[in-house]
Amino acid sequence: MMYGYVWDTTTPLTFAISILPILGIGLMVTLKAAAVGFAIALVLGLVLALMRRSRIKAISWSVACFTEFVRDTPLLVQLFFLYYVLPDFGIVLPAFMTGALALGLQYSAYTSEVYRGGIDAVQRGQWEAATALNMSKLLTYRDVVIPQMIPRIVPALGNYLVSMLKETPVLSVVTVLDMLGLANMIGERTFDYLVPLSMVGLIFLPMTLICSAIIHTVEKALPKSGIPLR
Amino acid sequence: MTSIIRFQNVTKRFGALTVLDDFNFDVRPGEKVTLIGPSGSGKSTVLRILMTLEPFQEGHLELAGISYHEPNGRGAFKASEKHLHKIRCNVGMVFQSFNLFPHMTVLRNIVEAPVAVLKMKRAEVESRAIDLLRMVGLLDKKDHYPSQLSGGQQQRVAIARALAMRPRVLLFDEPTSALDPQLVGEVLGVIRALASEHDLTMLLVTHEMRFAREVSDRVCFFDKGRIVEQGDPDRFFGNPEQPRTREFLSSILND
Repeated sequence: MMYGYVWDTTTPLTFAISILPILGIGLMVTLKAAAVGFAIALVLGLVLALMRRSRIKAISWSVACFTEFVRDTPLLVQLFFLYYVLPDFGIVLPAFMTGALALGLQYSAYTSEVYRGGIDAVQRGQWEAATALNMSKLLTYRDVVIPQMIPRIVPALGNYLVSMLKETPVLSVVTVLDMLGLANMIGERTFDYLVPLSMVGLIFLPMTLICSAIIHTVEKALPKSGIPLR
Repeated sequence: MTSIIRFQNVTKRFGALTVLDDFNFDVRPGEKVTLIGPSGSGKSTVLRILMTLEPFQEGHLELAGISYHEPNGRGAFKASEKHLHKIRCNVGMVFQSFNLFPHMTVLRNIVEAPVAVLKMKRAEVESRAIDLLRMVGLLDKKDHYPSQLSGGQQQRVAIARALAMRPRVLLFDEPTSALDPQLVGEVLGVIRALASEHDLTMLLVTHEMRFAREVSDRVCFFDKGRIVEQGDPDRFFGNPEQPRTREFLSSILND
């Protein structure tokens, strides 16, 4: 029994059905982690991309080093680091937040490259027109560059969202009870891993498919020339 | 009368290439000046420096009494955003490739900067934008997107957009060079109408010699980063003094 739900191990099918509500609770954790992680990646990635373009060498270089470091080290190592080492410096986060933060940090390094490519793809004439209209840097980004960048970066960002969703199970290694964590516990108690683990895989499949379909629809619906932010 | 634009011994280099060489140039308020010359002679660079799109290395430049060097002695290269903003308040530019914002309607293209930069009231700016669109003959296109317009129409919108910022100096960088021949006329028509505005100072880089002769108060011929010859258009085209000018004019008029 878990979360008040009793499992029925008479046949694999009844077992699978009886643990569905439990895995459903884990699914919510998985989705929440992906949502929080992706939100961090979207915002932090943009900040990093803008800092990377800074004329101040110290800023652009440290950002370049940070993104390179994050991209070239395993997520699992970063996750352990945040979970076990940060408390030594007095920073104690709940396991879920640590996990979401690790996902967000890792993916912000990827998304910052996507943003960077998107910004570079905006034609030089657009920047010059903004300058000729006396727009500040901030206004130029907000009204001219970012609106034109959005339709170009949605496909790549969407891919990262799907791939992040599939990576959320690593959170179970720092005691987050997501789907995989719960499936593991069910396995430990029933000595049957086959059914709960298969169920986790089966639940992921439609989720990623739906996610991809949504992104594809959004991609098609966006006007190619850009979206005014105001 | 004091000059609205004053280049004093300005030198501009791209790496080893000297684009403007100890360059001196004065423009009176309200004057319409056409800059002509072979490509790479530095005429577009003059406009781009004035628009703060390019820094220069040596010399002094003033526009409407504001120096491109900050008072504390920093060069045009390192002027603060605040100082650049002050300079740009007096000058606008029309580009060869129009550079309209593709994600905004025609009206929004014109209204955006006056509202966001000059903090003017949207209703006020919109009514002025409508006047400007009527002037360039595109009022019926105000809710269209740039991609739905021809090149000539886009350039006319770009002129209206620049005018909405009420610049004292308007720079035209080959405004008809990217257009199909049959669309050149409509853009020149708009520029011609502007040229009759007494207060607006205009600098025009163009290859349309007949038009230059018609609208400008002065024509300047550029070669290798310097003005080789300048003068009243009738005198300039009728009786060019320098051999280099004659050579250029005959090469271009024989096309």
